[in-house]
Amino acid sequence: MKDDFSMSFYEEIQKYHTFDFDGFFQRLTGTDIKKIIGKNRLNEHDYLALLAPAAENYLEEMAEKAQSLTIRHFGRVILLYTPLYLSNYCVNHCIYCGFQVNNKLDRKKLTMAELEREAEIIAATGLKHVLILTGESRKHSPVSYISECADILKKYFTSISIEIYPLEEDEYAEVIAAGVDGLTIYQEVYDEEVYALMHPAGPKRDYRYRLEAPERTCRAGIRTVNVGTLLGLNNWRTEAFFTGLHADYLQNLFPEVEMSISPPRMRPHLGGFQPMVDVSDRNLVQYMLAFRLFMPRGGITISTRERSELRDYLIRLGATRMSAGSCTAVGGRSEYYSAGQFDISDERSVSEMAKMIYSQGYQPVYKDWQFLSDNA
Amino acid sequence: MWEEVEKVSDILKIGDRELTSRLFLGTGKFSSNKLIPEVARASGAQVVTVALRRVDLKYEEENIAAFVPKDCILMPNTSGAWNAGEAVRIARLARATGCGNWVKIEVITDNRYLLPDNYETIKATEILAGEGFVVLPYMSPDLMVAKSLVKAGAAAVMPLGSPIGSNRGLKTKELVRILVEEIRLPIVVDAGIGRPSEAAEAMEMGVAAVLVNTAIATAGDPVTMAKAFGMAVEAGRMAYLSGPGDIMDVARASSPLTGFLRDA
Repeated sequence: MKDDFSMSFYEEIQKYHTFDFDGFFQRLTGTDIKKIIGKNRLNEHDYLALLAPAAENYLEEMAEKAQSLTIRHFGRVILLYTPLYLSNYCVNHCIYCGFQVNNKLDRKKLTMAELEREAEIIAATGLKHVLILTGESRKHSPVSYISECADILKKYFTSISIEIYPLEEDEYAEVIAAGVDGLTIYQEVYDEEVYALMHPAGPKRDYRYRLEAPERTCRAGIRTVNVGTLLGLNNWRTEAFFTGLHADYLQNLFPEVEMSISPPRMRPHLGGFQPMVDVSDRNLVQYMLAFRLFMPRGGITISTRERSELRDYLIRLGATRMSAGSCTAVGGRSEYYSAGQFDISDERSVSEMAKMIYSQGYQPVYKDWQFLSDNA
Repeated sequence: MWEEVEKVSDILKIGDRELTSRLFLGTGKFSSNKLIPEVARASGAQVVTVALRRVDLKYEEENIAAFVPKDCILMPNTSGAWNAGEAVRIARLARATGCGNWVKIEVITDNRYLLPDNYETIKATEILAGEGFVVLPYMSPDLMVAKSLVKAGAAAVMPLGSPIGSNRGLKTKELVRILVEEIRLPIVVDAGIGRPSEAAEAMEMGVAAVLVNTAIATAGDPVTMAKAFGMAVEAGRMAYLSGPGDIMDVARASSPLTGFLRDA
């Protein structure tokens, strides 16, 4: 179906509804895994096999290949970016999120003057890539507000990504015209039934609308797309599989777009929801390595959800993009307003991160995009 | 063969510049920008390409372009461009920000193999050459496309040896050979060269220069590898220059068999 433009990833994922994942995992042998690691191009079942328990004994072999592929395709470089929270108003009921509607916290939305202040503080660190985030509230943070913010941020940064509620295609076109070049959107859970449990009410309950958001944004002309599952909400092996499948699907349909994934793990947050499953460091690494072998040119984004010691190791295991100097509270850099969306684990400053990256034999890259305005 | 090469002094003329080194450097994959001047020095390279998307004039410490030695030609490239219009805008921006008038056109809409879009590349070349840029287009080796690039005003033609970052060597050898034979502009093999021996192989065929990044940047010791590439390019060039004599010898070697016909 790879070139069938009339379908969406929703149809693609349906094919796995009756797939026997456990049976598939159980049939795999070490020989199968070794053979897959040696292949030049992996198909989707190869990728699934590398996510299996049987592949856990071959992490070092996978790591060697993942490292070499990453260096060859991306170089010894790590792109740095930082998240900037614009607003924490949210109408959704996601049971795992600190910003969900029922949580009592100070709700806040940055004014343009406050945004400018935050932007100045971030820009002083040298960063040029910023990821702006909001909760889902078309009342408090409508598309026009996002565009207005992008217009301000253009003065300080050369790349603006959004991590906001899913939009219509023409709305994506509007924010792209305002200067946005990247989209991050996590499906959170690819399993539709678990998704329904995690999102009991609110517009986010619409699984398919969210799932197809990256396709809408690609059609609208976005340059980079980052997808992901929130690790801890469901079986990580199948969720990691669908995330990779999603990235691969989008890459086939939109070969011009730079595709990447994030493997975020749940962190403590307001509300105290506990992860449904534990995802260990070992699991996280297996996921990253399997994805790298499956999509050698796919980006891997590691946020400050992970603790500093682990992030240091992940640089050599296929990571291509990392956040630095993060803050998950609205206006948190210039003034303390309220609780963040979640607690961050790696609190190092941008310059500390840069120093660490250099010490690993990699280069921190601050700028890897250029606005292409018509009057250039 | 291209007319620009004067074999006596073996100068490579591109645009209005005369080059003695036939190794061009890419810069995107180094573990530190500080390696760029060291690698340039060790290899003797005189042309260094930098993606404009990576250039940050406001942050001197991390500005990749600031690491290119002043005696090298800075050749900004249009990495990130999806079509001719974007490549043109990037080139203009590069010139406006003081990066000179050389430009490597790179138009890519295939993120899996990073193969260039020849059609859009020709369009961008025509516009930019018309605006006085020295245009070096990165292309998939194809004779008709190369001829169009000549007509469009390119200063050189840069076919790929194999996909960017693949280190697979001169997989397109026969197609590049045709360009060397038919195109009266310098042919620069850009992308895919993984070993100094492959750079030498390309030079022996008569290409004017090679452009290397991944193979040097990802080597255990990039500076020594850069030196090795510089030497390999020189050796390959020297072999090429001494080659035509050998080829004529082979041709003459067959004449003793039929020479009697002329004598008769």
